[in-house]
Amino acid sequence: MDYKEFTYPEPAGLADAEYGEKMILNLGPSHPATHGVLRLKLELDGDMITRADPMVGYLHRGQEKMAENLTYNQFIPFTDRLDYLAPLCNNIAFAQCVEKLAGIEITERCKAIRVICCELSRIASHLVGIAAYGMDAGSWTVFMYCYTQREKLCSIFEVLTGARMTSSYARIGGLARDIPEGWLGAVNAFANQFLSALDEIDSLITRNKIFVDRTAGIGIITKEQAMAWGLTGANLRGSGVATDLRKDVPYLGYENYDFDVAIGATGDCYDRWLVRIEEMRQSIRIVRQAIEKMPDGPVNVEDPKISLPPKDNVLRDMEDLINNFVLITQGPDIPAGEAYFEAENPKGALGFYVMSKGGGVPYRVKVRSPSFISLSCLQEILPGHHMSDAAIILGSLDFVLGECDR
Amino acid sequence: MCIFSTTVFDACALLCAASVSAPECSGGIDWFGIFMQVVWAFLSIIVVMSFAGLSVVAERKVCAYIQGRYGPNRTAIPIVAAIPLVGNFLKKNGLMQLVADGLKFLFKEDPLPSHVDKFWYMAAPVMALAPVLISACVIPFGFYVGDGGEIMPIAAANFDVSLIFALAVGGLGVYGAVMAGWSSNSKFPYIGAMRASSQVISYELAMGLSAMSVVIWTARTSDSPLSLFEIAHAQVDWWYCLTQPLAALIFLVCLFAETNRLPFDVAESETDLVSGYHTEYGSFKFGLFFVGEYGHMVVGSAIFTTLFLGAWNPLPGIEWPASWGWAASALSVVTVLLKIAAMMFFMIWVRWTLPRFRYDQVMRIGWKCLLPLALLNFTAYLIFASF
Repeated sequence: MDYKEFTYPEPAGLADAEYGEKMILNLGPSHPATHGVLRLKLELDGDMITRADPMVGYLHRGQEKMAENLTYNQFIPFTDRLDYLAPLCNNIAFAQCVEKLAGIEITERCKAIRVICCELSRIASHLVGIAAYGMDAGSWTVFMYCYTQREKLCSIFEVLTGARMTSSYARIGGLARDIPEGWLGAVNAFANQFLSALDEIDSLITRNKIFVDRTAGIGIITKEQAMAWGLTGANLRGSGVATDLRKDVPYLGYENYDFDVAIGATGDCYDRWLVRIEEMRQSIRIVRQAIEKMPDGPVNVEDPKISLPPKDNVLRDMEDLINNFVLITQGPDIPAGEAYFEAENPKGALGFYVMSKGGGVPYRVKVRSPSFISLSCLQEILPGHHMSDAAIILGSLDFVLGECDR
Repeated sequence: MCIFSTTVFDACALLCAASVSAPECSGGIDWFGIFMQVVWAFLSIIVVMSFAGLSVVAERKVCAYIQGRYGPNRTAIPIVAAIPLVGNFLKKNGLMQLVADGLKFLFKEDPLPSHVDKFWYMAAPVMALAPVLISACVIPFGFYVGDGGEIMPIAAANFDVSLIFALAVGGLGVYGAVMAGWSSNSKFPYIGAMRASSQVISYELAMGLSAMSVVIWTARTSDSPLSLFEIAHAQVDWWYCLTQPLAALIFLVCLFAETNRLPFDVAESETDLVSGYHTEYGSFKFGLFFVGEYGHMVVGSAIFTTLFLGAWNPLPGIEWPASWGWAASALSVVTVLLKIAAMMFFMIWVRWTLPRFRYDQVMRIGWKCLLPLALLNFTAYLIFASF
């Protein structure tokens, strides 16, 4: 293999005394601050970063290529492994994209359940985000407080989907199964205790002088920069751009829910922290509204070419058995065409581009991963900061390498 | 190896101390006296080491309590755990976890990376632990009533400059970090060592100055105000944390910085330096660093207790009456140990509550805030004490 290590060009025309002595420091791919397998090549002048080179791809699994050999429903478990902190959101985003391509209108009940799933995973993902962020700032207790809440959420997901992390819950045209009995009550109970727990986390660290000193004015991304780099999600809103796909391009009936979009003022690490905390509160608001007006009815569309027949019928009727067999082996029949759909995921706008030539297998799938784009700005914002700030900035951008590398 | 070398150091230090404090014994060497001093030195080392070990368990238990967890409660040595009540008690308290951790440090493979400077790499952990144990020998853990009815400290060594001795020798511990960082021949330990050395140097100034205001206060009533025993003895009515709150606060903050505890643990902050100057260490050598760190905390807490928390006096204005004899001295030891334990709890509590400063903020606090404050405090007390 002809692989050349990237080397920094020697500074030309500068005497050593002028240039100073610089050190190249490899942060990662296995380093506690990089939350995964990100590798950062830092050039340090004393304690200051003069150049930063994020290197990604250590978790590349070729998911987009794999999608070309899988039916649409078979690809859903792979979307779990994108942003593995919010797998439900990914499942739903992919299903939404395929439904957009096929022109499927999902049922109202399915929409409401998907909204609850999305918002609960947003909370779960943000909890890990601020937990790791707090830990980067040296506060382990915040980490544990957040994980206590996240464990409760995982248990709720387990009841719903059978798995704590790799949910694989969405299906093209609906969901794997309807919500179990009493599940909404469990969600409601979680929501009731979560707000006070969040207040506790908030009061533990948000106004802590040390934490504010560590994060305020650090890693500033201006409005213009954020838009130029294509940042999305909480990182973009932290910079003061009130863009939220749930408001701007409502999907899943988000226009029917009453919630606010939190934005930051200066775009520093502290603002991104505040935005994430506030988004969790807004998510609870949405979840409560969704529980309140949960419609009755089926969760899957009544289309034998898309949805599986009920299991009882499969065991009884020959036609349904054949239908089940065809759908499982060949996949739902999606007409030729292409579609792009972006969903407001916890990490930012997760986009799926699906191209179909008919049949049950996509011709091409492209994933627009918000984490990759959040990381691409590191080269610009890290220089000029202390080396210890790198951990804070990485924590504040809240990325997941599984999604970045795909 | 370390304990042995420490004892040798201790014996040397005590010989010097004996020659300072007992110039009148000119005829022949008092071998029995020296033997007893070595026994005392071992005893104080045992106190500090067992305190350090217990504080590791306490750290894990207290942090678990703060974070809403149970902490270590599964580890059990089968034979001990089978004892009806005691076994379960030890298991639930995580005390057997302590044994397991200690044995793990001892029996793990002790790797020697090929890229290190071997001599200094081996010497660094010893250098991290030895000064702590040496400075432990001057700490008065209590008092006893001498033959003439006078009060004497329970300490391995009691000499006129024991405060200076404790601060000076305790400060040597940073050489362990510097040697480890340099000899590891690796970037993260190197940065950690640089941070550790500059941090300790900066905070030692403010620490020494705040201790000096205590010394001048003691000098009003005592002939040898630099002795920890005299300082403790002077705090019967008013503890120095009451008469000198600012000095106590500065000393406390510096203590956190000197022992690399959390708001100031930039030298080994795991989020940017993996684990700082001991990144390349494993098994027993890491264990020595680990125990050294906790030993440093114990000794630091003991010095703080002696300087500001009234040492063996139970409450301000109340002392254990010397007429109680051995009961008074037993109570005094218990009081000191309880105060040290309370200090350790405070340090653990702070660690699991606060986030970490950045390196330059640590330096800014040390030089621009604590040092001027300590100077001001020292000057004020100097003027006040001279009238």
